[in-house]
This record gives sequence, C-alpha cells and structure tokens, in this order.
Amino acid sequence: MTDAHHDAEHHDDISFIRKWIFSTDHKTIGLQYGITSLCFLFFGFCLVMLMRWQLAYPMKPLPIGFLANWLGELRMPGGVMAPEFYNQLGAMHGTIMVFLGVVPLAVGAFGNYVVPLQVGAQDMAFPKLNMASYWVYFIGGVVMLASFFVPGGAAQSGWTSYSPLANITVPGNDFWSRLLSGQTVWLIGMVFLITSSLLGSINTITTIIQLRAKGLTWMRLPFFVWAQLVTGFLLLLAFPPLEAAGVMQLMDRVAGTSFFLPTGLVVSGKELLVSGGGSALLWQHLFWFLAHPEVYVLILPALGIVAEIIANNTRKPLWGYKSLVYSVVFLGFMSFVVWAHHMFLTGMGTTINAFFQTTTMIISVPSIVILTALILSLWGGSIRFTVSMLFALAFLPMFGIGGLTGLPLGLASADIHLHDTYYVIGHFHYVVAPGTLFALFAGIYYWFPKATGRHMNDALGRIHFWGSLIFINGVFLPMFIQGMAGVSRRLYDGGTTYLHAQDVLALNKVMSHSAWALGVVQLVFIVNFFWSIFRGRQVANDNPWDATTLEWATPTPPPHGNFTHVPEVHRGPYEYSPPGAKRDFAPQHLPEDA
Amino acid sequence: MSAAIEIPYNTTERPDTGLYNAKLGVWLFLASEVMLFGALFSTYVLLRVNAEVWPTGAQILNIPLATLNTVILILSSVTVVMSWTSLKMNNLARYKLFMGLTLLCALGFLVVKTFEYRAKFEHGLLPSTSTFLAIYFTMTGLHGLHVIGGILVNFYLWLPGTKMWRTDPERFTNRVEVAGLYWHFVDLVWIFLFPTLYLLPGK
Repeated sequence: MTDAHHDAEHHDDISFIRKWIFSTDHKTIGLQYGITSLCFLFFGFCLVMLMRWQLAYPMKPLPIGFLANWLGELRMPGGVMAPEFYNQLGAMHGTIMVFLGVVPLAVGAFGNYVVPLQVGAQDMAFPKLNMASYWVYFIGGVVMLASFFVPGGAAQSGWTSYSPLANITVPGNDFWSRLLSGQTVWLIGMVFLITSSLLGSINTITTIIQLRAKGLTWMRLPFFVWAQLVTGFLLLLAFPPLEAAGVMQLMDRVAGTSFFLPTGLVVSGKELLVSGGGSALLWQHLFWFLAHPEVYVLILPALGIVAEIIANNTRKPLWGYKSLVYSVVFLGFMSFVVWAHHMFLTGMGTTINAFFQTTTMIISVPSIVILTALILSLWGGSIRFTVSMLFALAFLPMFGIGGLTGLPLGLASADIHLHDTYYVIGHFHYVVAPGTLFALFAGIYYWFPKATGRHMNDALGRIHFWGSLIFINGVFLPMFIQGMAGVSRRLYDGGTTYLHAQDVLALNKVMSHSAWALGVVQLVFIVNFFWSIFRGRQVANDNPWDATTLEWATPTPPPHGNFTHVPEVHRGPYEYSPPGAKRDFAPQHLPEDA
Repeated sequence: MSAAIEIPYNTTERPDTGLYNAKLGVWLFLASEVMLFGALFSTYVLLRVNAEVWPTGAQILNIPLATLNTVILILSSVTVVMSWTSLKMNNLARYKLFMGLTLLCALGFLVVKTFEYRAKFEHGLLPSTSTFLAIYFTMTGLHGLHVIGGILVNFYLWLPGTKMWRTDPERFTNRVEVAGLYWHFVDLVWIFLFPTLYLLPGK
C-alpha cells in the first residue's frame, strides 16, 4: 500500500480529465467500459420489462402513467403500446444487450482490466488505441440511443436485421429521410461498434502474445487469458463480414442498390422499383458468419471467469487445465463453420443442412469437455461459498441447460418444429443471461476488492444472488414450455389471438412478473455496488482471496504501471493446496513459498 | 499518460516471437481486413452465380484507365519499400523523396478513379443501376477509402511524424515499415479487384 501511495503522489500532475476521461491506463479504460456497459445492460433490461407488460396484459394501458405520457402518443397511444414501438423495443433490446452490454462488459471491461494484470504487463500493448476503442464504442452507443429519436423511431427488424425486411422500412424517398431512419442509424452505430471491437481485439491479442511476463509460458497462462485470446481472434475475424454486410445494407437503404433485394420483390402489393438481382439469403450468411462466433464471444470470457473463481474457491487446481485450453482453442476454430445452423429453414438444401448439423454436433463436444472439467474441479474441494462462488456455481447448471437445449436446435429435423418459437428464446437466454451474466456478476464480486480496495457487502450480495437465481428461472423456464407448444417469438400480443398458444398463455404473466421481480433484485446490486465503493469493508491485504494469479501481486488498487517490481512467473496458474507447503496456495510470482 | 510507463517490445523484437508489438498488431489488422474484403468478394461470387446475365467488365468499365491505376499502385508499392530501406540506410533525404513519390502515386490513383467515377455518373451508371455496378461501386469505394487512409498515414510520416527520426530513429523506421505493410495490402486488394471487376468475361 505504501508503494501505491508513493505512486499516487508521483502522478499528481495528471489532470482529472487525463486520469478519468481520456485515460490510456488499461484499468481506467476497463472501468469506463464496465460502468458504461452496466448502464446499457440495465437500459436494455428496462426495454424488455416494458415489452413484458404488453405480453402479459396485451392491449391494456401501462399502469405507470407518467412513463406512458413521457413515451408519448406515437409510441404509446392511450397508454397502450403501439406495434411499431413493440418491434423497436425488441430489436433494440437484442442489439443493446449483445453489442453494448454483454460483449463490452466481458471483453472491454474484464479483458481490459484483468488480462494485462494476469500476464504481468504494465499496460496494454497500445494504450492510445485502447482509449480510442472505448470512445468509439461510446459514440456507437450514443448513435444507437439516438436512433430512438429519429422520425419513425429505432430499428424494427429484430437484432438480426434480416433483409429484405430491414431494407424496405424507409420512411421517405429523399436522401435525408433515408439517412435518418432507425435502421440506417442502427447500421451506422454498428460500424462504430465493429471498429471499436477491432481495435480492442488487436490490442488484447498483441498484449497476450507480446507482453507476457518472464516465465509465463503458454501452459502457465490463466484460463481466463486463454479465453480472452480466443475471443480476441473471434472478434477480429468474424466481425468484418458483418461490417461488409452492414455497408451493403447501408448502400441498399441510402444509394438504392439491390444487394439483398431479389428481382420482382412485391411489398404491400406493389413491386419495388429497384434493379433487383440481390439475394436475401446473402444477408443471413454474412450476419450469422459473425453472429455465431459472437455467441462464443459471449460465453468464452464467462467460462474463463468461472474457471478462475472455481479454482480459487475450491482451493485446488482446475481439473484438466490442458483439456480446457485445447477445448477452448478448438471451440474457437469450429465456431467459424457452424453459422448456417441458424438457417435450416431458409431452404439451403439438405446437403448444406447435413454439413452444418454435423459441425454443430462436433462443436458441442469441446463445450461439454469444458463444462465437465469445471464440474469435476469441484470434486473433493473445500468450497468457500463466497458470493462470487455462488454465481460461478449457479453458472454451471444454467449454462448446462442453455447448452443442452441447443442440441435439438442444431439438428435440422428437430429445428423445423422449434425454429422461431419461444423455445429458441429460452435456449439462448439461458446461455447468455443466467449463463454469461451470472459469470460476469461473479467476476464483479471477485475482482471488486482489487479495483477498489473494498469488498462488496456479503449479505446484499446473497440477496442479489438468490433473488436473481429464482426469478431468472421464472422468466426463462416457461419459455421452453411455450415454445414446445408452438408459440412463435416476436408476437406483439404474446399469442392471445393464436389458437395453439391458448393452453400456455397464463405463463406470460408468470414470466412478466418474474422479470419485474428480477429488475427489483438488480436494484440491490446497484445499491451494493455504489455503497461498497465508498463504505465497503476494506481489504485486509493485496490478496484477499488467497489467489495465485498475478493480478493479486499488485498493490490495491493497482497504480499506473501496475506492478511495483517486474514480475517473474515460476509455476502454473492454479497451484492451490500444493503438498508440503505451509499455505494452501502458491502464487505464480513467488520463487519459493515462504 | 506518464513517462513512467515503458511498454516493452515497442521498438525491439521480443526474442521468442521475433516481432515488435506494432508489427504483430498490423498483421492482425490486415487479417481482419482480409475478412472484410473476403466477404465482399464472396458477395461478388454469390451475386454473379445467382444472376442470369452478368456484364463483361470491358463493356461498362474503362480498362485503359484501370491499367494505368494498376501500374501506379504497383509503382507506389515499390517506392514505399524504397523509403523504408532509405531509413535503414540512414538517409532521411532519400526517405523523403520516396515517401513523397508514394504519396504522389496514391493521389494520382485517386484522381484517375475520380475521372472514372464521374464518367460513370455522367452516363447514368449508378450503384442502383445493376447488381454489377452496386458491387463495383461498393468494392472500389471501400478500397478508395483505404487509399485515403493510407495517404493520411503516409503524409503524417512524410512531414510532421519525421521529428521522431531525431529522437527515436529505430521506432520511426518501424512505423514506416508498418505503414508500408498496410500500403502493400491496399495495393494487393486492387490487384484482386482489377481482374475481378474489369477483366473477367460476363455471362
């Protein structure tokens, strides 16, 4: 701590703006990413809480009068949600949660804050690029939010922006109304977000490859770093095709090209006056070429966080570290050749379907290897049930449910029945919400003491955990039942007018009330977060969890430049309870455990 | 930002990887760029395969001008290497000459491209006219943006950025090398675009 104090004095000349706004310090940028993405996560969640009113009580005025008034007659005529607004909420919920919430939190925040510390670096390889990456992300977020206020409102074609639906929603015919329409602004926002992730992934990969501390060989890297490395490659190579697709959709909307518009397309009884010759399927191929690796961008950092926390809180090495590493690398490769399993119903043909369902079955193998290794790591451990460990433990079955319910969707014949139903929504939300988000919460509780020097409140943390666990299952479990009954997704009235939805209609209320309760529980987290920054219990030392990895060898919070001495690594990342040692852990940076 | 932090392998190579940071960074960036243009070339293939008729490039586009542009870009790839080797030989004046020539070539390319575009527009050949023209304008336009990006970087290294030569010549030489790698890529993309769009027969 004295070193930190000394260092703080040393850097007194840095102005507030350089320190907190335009900082090049990876930790500050990580925190900027973290706070911003948490705000976006909460905002995206608010959008869906609004939607859930319409789903549970279709065509009833919103009981919160001032909110309905504020949203205005255009969006909520008479307090009842307009269908167009419902579509906007749906599209923007998905976009915000994936591109502005979960990925920036998992990669931007945790990747930025933890990776340089865990590899023993002073900072990222390109600190200025790092700052640029955050600010480009921020602009992208602002652009996305601004799209709610353009004429006609935000994008309405789902987060997937399928063409030709996304092409034809042009409000006027002059240049400016083409440019300032929700979908066009969405595309411009995406270009910013893609640029940001490009800058970030180059930085992460270079940092891991070039700035590893002396002695930190590949098989001594913490699993979290491996996960971030593979994630970096996925972002680097999968996002550009979506950028290309985005540019082409932008051309379709603004310059009147027909990349995604087939010849003779009829909209509302009128043939479109375009050259035609385009392919609607092309958009789906390019989109899913990004969006399937994106699924692994969402899940791999989460697996990395969970691995760190499980090893630390079971006080024993991870079971099968090498299998974990090989699996995650294999997973990264395979994730590029499974994309069309999202498109079984497009009529690609049975040969292509057969190929993609085979690769999909293959990719489930490394996923199950990772999950099994993590579950086996619990065996015989003396588990500390800290809040972060509770979230990490809950992650395992939740991700398990999410993963296993994906298998029927990966088989073309089963997918014909389940495609585009609530079953799909339930499946991927189990992966991302109680899966990834629980892991991210675990990470916040775990690394909070390093970043702030204080622990988060334990009792509030447990309330947050148990409440979240119960209500999140209340939201997503009924979706499987509805989906198997045949209820389609994206129904404005939640299925009220559909015959086959009648038996499972009551579940809409269960899900909605669970979602709102889940929202209330998150308030506990928000209070805990801010209260703990200022009033939380102070950490006893720089390594409060008795952890082995390098980030705990820094002062608390780490100063600019991170380490007081250049760290050197002497052993693997998870040497807990080594035989014959006095303590039950052997930190990577200590030559002999004293 | 403070002077206290010195990122290792900024200038020198890391022994086990044989790379300095920016060189790895630019190769990663170029890998990403390959995916970007790869998606566009895939689009070209898919649109062409699906189309019933596809024009021969020569009927619509100006092959002599494009050939001239190809020569100009290849020349600029040579001069950018010469500028880098000049620095390696410790000759700043020669560097300035060759980097200046590179910039001149790049600007020349853009001028020719502008004439080409204008001729198309004057004949009413717009991106919305046909799928061929849509992919032509999108690919060459995106490539043109890359040329402009390269001009900005090279111009910076040609005039204001040169002051680093006095304080840290090795790092400055690395910067020129990295910018040169990017410039080669821009050249290479055009070498793929030229036969694909201009020379291939239609169907």
